[in-house]
Amino acid sequence: MGKIVSFLGRRVVKSLFILLAIVLINFALIRAAPGDPALVIAGQSGASDPQYIEQLREKFHLDEPLPQQLWTYVTDVATGDLGYSYRQQRPVWDLIAERLPATLLLTGIAYVFSLGMGLLLGTLAAVKVGRWSDTAITTIALLAYATPLYWIGLMMILLFSVQLGWLPAFGYQSVGAGLTGLDHFVDVAAHLVMPVLTLGLFYMAVYARLTRSSILEVRDMDFVKTARAKGLPERRVVVRHVLRNAVLPVITFAGIQAGYLIGGSILVETVFAWPGVGRLAFDALLQRDYQVLLGIFVVTSIMVLVFNIITDLVYTLIDPRIEVS
Amino acid sequence: MSREFWKAFARNRGAIIGLIILAGVVFLALFADLLYPTSPWDMVTRPFAPPLSAGTLMGSDTLGRDIASGIAHGARVSLLIGLTSTAAALLIGVTLGALAGFYGGRVDDAIMRFTELFQTIPNFVLAVMLVAIFTPSITSVTASIAIVSWPPLARLARGEFLSLRSREFVQAAITTGQSTPSIILREILPNSMSPIIVAASLTVATAILLESALSFLGLGDPNMMSWGYMIGASRTVMRQAWWMSFFPGVAILITVLAINLVGEGLNDALNPKLARKGKG
Repeated sequence: MGKIVSFLGRRVVKSLFILLAIVLINFALIRAAPGDPALVIAGQSGASDPQYIEQLREKFHLDEPLPQQLWTYVTDVATGDLGYSYRQQRPVWDLIAERLPATLLLTGIAYVFSLGMGLLLGTLAAVKVGRWSDTAITTIALLAYATPLYWIGLMMILLFSVQLGWLPAFGYQSVGAGLTGLDHFVDVAAHLVMPVLTLGLFYMAVYARLTRSSILEVRDMDFVKTARAKGLPERRVVVRHVLRNAVLPVITFAGIQAGYLIGGSILVETVFAWPGVGRLAFDALLQRDYQVLLGIFVVTSIMVLVFNIITDLVYTLIDPRIEVS
Repeated sequence: MSREFWKAFARNRGAIIGLIILAGVVFLALFADLLYPTSPWDMVTRPFAPPLSAGTLMGSDTLGRDIASGIAHGARVSLLIGLTSTAAALLIGVTLGALAGFYGGRVDDAIMRFTELFQTIPNFVLAVMLVAIFTPSITSVTASIAIVSWPPLARLARGEFLSLRSREFVQAAITTGQSTPSIILREILPNSMSPIIVAASLTVATAILLESALSFLGLGDPNMMSWGYMIGASRTVMRQAWWMSFFPGVAILITVLAINLVGEGLNDALNPKLARKGKG
């Protein structure tokens, strides 16, 4: 237990450094933006009330020296103050916090789906190195690599909502239906199917390919031969010995992909009008509400860091060779 | 290019198909002005014309602009941004990776920390922010794609430099007193080119996808017609007019697929050992 705690501690410290760097990037971006930073913060350009701009300048300490401004910004973020959206007349953190659960639900399920299905398909393809499943998975992976995420989403809406009428095209739940209990659950699940597929399909293909090649590499190793020689049943050899080792590179890779998954959610949430942080980012983009965009950048980065720590923990739990070191 | 190279490349049938498609896209981009002389932003026919009607091949959009013309002109933006942003990403990535791998020690540590930072940041979110803050233009789009694309190239270059640095021919160059820039550029770089070329071809493909995603969100250069913009602009009328978002999407899919196929062919031809192992 002690080892895991100290491992976690070190990871958290490292993540905090990365977070600090991200906050610095944010600070630099606002100052590097063309034009008056006060106007950038207000999220508007051109003519506006000079008195209002003067107020902003004072509120954001823009008349103070840069190091002082930086210190104010860093302490603000550290205390959870991500700024204020003048467009929406609300603190940025409040706006993000109310959208966060929907995004966590979407990205979390897409992550588990892509990893689970990827491992399953990859294992099937490797165990039965029949040409058919191999070719199918390679082809799907190649197509998935090349198709824009948002376009897959649009085409799915066209097929499953417009043509076939099977699945709801937009939103998080049926508006005004007032469903409760199991009905509510089924309703949300139906709304989740297409966004999750859109977001997860590409990585499912990637993981399937990776799992397949990883298994093919592991299965001829000595410890697998030993397991077979001991007379273990084939299922047990595959699951306990081959898969447990073959899965490690896939998990490492999945950790790296967390950032892409969260970035992709901007596109998917925009296409499916999913009421999450990504949709908020798109709206903020249309209104050039930079305070909100910068806040989203900080929060999504924290999400990636947390995803990475979880991935590392899972890795150490599965890895048969080493303990947390 | 040597004959062996072409032989190995041609053995991969997908790569040949990819090359032919890619040649078609390049042709389209080069001769877009001859094929469709009127600006793709101009109204040329009635709005909402389905494919093969009103004198259009792929129909018209909500403002009566020709979709086929948009696709031909959009090929330019995709290829231009794909190539220039990859070139910029190569410059940043290979430079940093080469320095890290060649010098090792603290330089390596510092550069790799920096690279790790950029790999952790959700890169699409960063690209969106950069373009939004510096206002959408072909320069800001290209620059932000380069800024989020260099880390894998840096890691690759570092690995190559690290392993080549201890090889005899490099040690010999050091002993004979060649200058460091000359060793890096004339001795190591040419020998680490193959994997870098393959990785760069895949970077072009992802850069095209990134550009299309940015312009889908309305962050493209407002003066240049692009495939992503066409999809983004017509998605609200998708129920009535599928063709407006369908054809540009197919154009992206085919182009990126072709580049990936060519990339695999390059991989087979340039890294024959690796390729065979990978197929396993």
